[in-house]
Amino acid sequence: MFQNLTDRLQSVFSKLTGRGKLSEADVDAAMREVRMALLEADVNFKVVKEFVAKVRERAVGADVMQSLTPGQMVVKIVLEELTALMGGNEARLALSGRVPNVIMLVGLQGAGKTTAVAKLANLLRKQGKRPLMVACDVYRPAAIDQLEALGRELDIPVYRGEGTDAVAIAREGVKNAVDRLRDLVIIDTAGRLHVDEEMMDEAAQIKTAVRPEQVLMVVDAMTGQDAVNAASAFAERVDFDGVIISKLDGDARGGAALSIRAVTGKPVLFASVGEKTDNLEVFRPDGMARRILGMGDVVSLIEKAQEAFDETTAADAEERLRAGSFTLDDFLGQLRQLKKMGSIKDIMAMIPGANKLPKDAEIDEHALVRTEAIIQSMTARERVKPSVINGSRRERIAAGAGVTVYDVNQMLKQFAQAQKMVKQMGSQQGKRKRRGMGMPGMPF
Amino acid sequence: MSAWLDRLTQGLSRTREQLSGQLNVLLGRGPDVDEAFWTDLEDALIGADMGVVAVNEMVERLRDAAKRQALPDARAVLEHLAAEIAAELRRPDTEDFIAASPSTVLVVGINGTGKTTTVGKLAKAAADEGRTVLIGSADTFRAAAVEQLHIWADRAGVPIVESERGTDPASVAFDAVKRAALTGTDLLLVDTAGRLHTSRDLMAELSKVKRIVERESAAPVHTLLVMDATTGQNGLTQAREFNSAVGVDAIALTKLDGTAKGGIAVAVVRELGIPILRIGVGEGADDLKPFDPEEFAAALVGLG
Repeated sequence: MFQNLTDRLQSVFSKLTGRGKLSEADVDAAMREVRMALLEADVNFKVVKEFVAKVRERAVGADVMQSLTPGQMVVKIVLEELTALMGGNEARLALSGRVPNVIMLVGLQGAGKTTAVAKLANLLRKQGKRPLMVACDVYRPAAIDQLEALGRELDIPVYRGEGTDAVAIAREGVKNAVDRLRDLVIIDTAGRLHVDEEMMDEAAQIKTAVRPEQVLMVVDAMTGQDAVNAASAFAERVDFDGVIISKLDGDARGGAALSIRAVTGKPVLFASVGEKTDNLEVFRPDGMARRILGMGDVVSLIEKAQEAFDETTAADAEERLRAGSFTLDDFLGQLRQLKKMGSIKDIMAMIPGANKLPKDAEIDEHALVRTEAIIQSMTARERVKPSVINGSRRERIAAGAGVTVYDVNQMLKQFAQAQKMVKQMGSQQGKRKRRGMGMPGMPF
Repeated sequence: MSAWLDRLTQGLSRTREQLSGQLNVLLGRGPDVDEAFWTDLEDALIGADMGVVAVNEMVERLRDAAKRQALPDARAVLEHLAAEIAAELRRPDTEDFIAASPSTVLVVGINGTGKTTTVGKLAKAAADEGRTVLIGSADTFRAAAVEQLHIWADRAGVPIVESERGTDPASVAFDAVKRAALTGTDLLLVDTAGRLHTSRDLMAELSKVKRIVERESAAPVHTLLVMDATTGQNGLTQAREFNSAVGVDAIALTKLDGTAKGGIAVAVVRELGIPILRIGVGEGADDLKPFDPEEFAAALVGLG
């Protein structure tokens, strides 16, 4: 259903090649595509209108009209303006010197507040905070149990008050944090409908009672056009400071996030990108802009790679690679680094152009796990010298890894090919070194 | 004013204007059907999450109809549109498998749409009618999901088959089906963990649950997809993925008590032919209503 904006614009502009110049009618056709792309990504229609007018103004400017690649130019303008609309640079969570700091989470039912409380507590603990989670959702059955279970999992304390007065529980929770020497309180509140006066009052009262440094609204990435209605009501009644966007690990484009920033002026601070408690990331407007347009997110990819990258392992592997002695152990090390970057699908989503692959292209997430298991089932000697692996050894390895002998054969074959390539690379690099210059046109 | 919309406006102050929303602006300013009317209508329908491509087509057809049938004013145009949408939403051959006995219903959907609450409300309604109900809690992933369902089961006074967090959901489903057969249960409701349709593993897990339930259940098995009315254009992809993984028989559209209009559900019905069976209009146990295409369409275009 979705099509990358770049492709769409390319097809609009492809008719123009040779003419060299864009007319206003061409720009209008392009703007229609921009509008469609944004609406399909759930950007609010009012925001889209203003945005398209702004982009149009820039697009009829001289540089686009005379550009040899008007499609690229327009995409560049759209990307810049989208990023600007989302606040340009990363916004930061503003905390104070007070002890304890208080963060309060609000949102509609099912947005993912309770999970977000735990993820945020986990993230801020990594940054040196000592969080206490306070369970103020006294309405949803077992919401408090859910937060407690998450607290146990993360080993982060949870305060659960008595009774059904959420305001009192919040107040006691903050006191409790002082007693327990915690320097950060994160308050989970009940999901509420923005049109429910009584519940909105309660949220405002909790805020007045505990004076949080930050009130964050949790917004589901899959929300449609209604996101701005809800956010505007929360901004008016509770006045939140920033947004956590949840469920961004799905394939929703998340235009709601952009709309909320545009309509309320509140920045998106964090994005939840997975089911696990450490899947909360600092939000980057540029990456989101690319996602909304269906383009790749190279910066996130590089960051992920850097996070997973273990310099010593890599240096060792490179050394042996040069020497042409790349063993199965090195191979295993590389596999593990790749795995640390997340699921292959997530990584694919960040590679520009990867969305052009056929939608149903099978990505076998288990292939890595299988390969790892096979190598782990080998002896140290087998790993260094795979040529000793005979028939009975193959059977033993297959049994150990829970795979078939065929799988083991395949794996060994692939490794032999990789080793061959590595050798060629190594020798080429050697030659280049001796000559003191790169071979023109060669990638390495 | 339709009955459920009426109930809403009673309970929620200050919201009426917002609820009738964008579309009543079209009527409020007079009967003229001019260019501005068409532009605003387009905006309002897009604002209701009907999807830009569908809206373009719809408005195109409507303009044509307005001309050919000489529709006199804005109201007539909106009524025509509502009738058209209602006709699309009406599926005369839809079987209310929730009301049938015996029946096994698998409840699925992404995280946070209100699956557990829907199971609770369905259990309560069936029990109140004097039917025997059993709940199977196959959400073994989310913290405290079983506890949440327990509270609903207590409210409805119906038994529940459960298991510890982290166990195989298919085994809980298996136990539930066995127990339902032994006790001669009229309605077995199997709650499952919320999962994003993009997670291949979790979708495969769900297929397995469905396979087990279908293999073991003597009662007919149906799958109910719970969709949140605030969902945007991604809703269609969700429905498509769940449908291809487990085969969806009907939709329960929840959270219609906010300002979201649930227009994406129209796209799901149109594209996939899956009917809407229930709508959720509030937090109370009796706020899960049978779906009425005329009412829904009228509310969608602002005539409610």
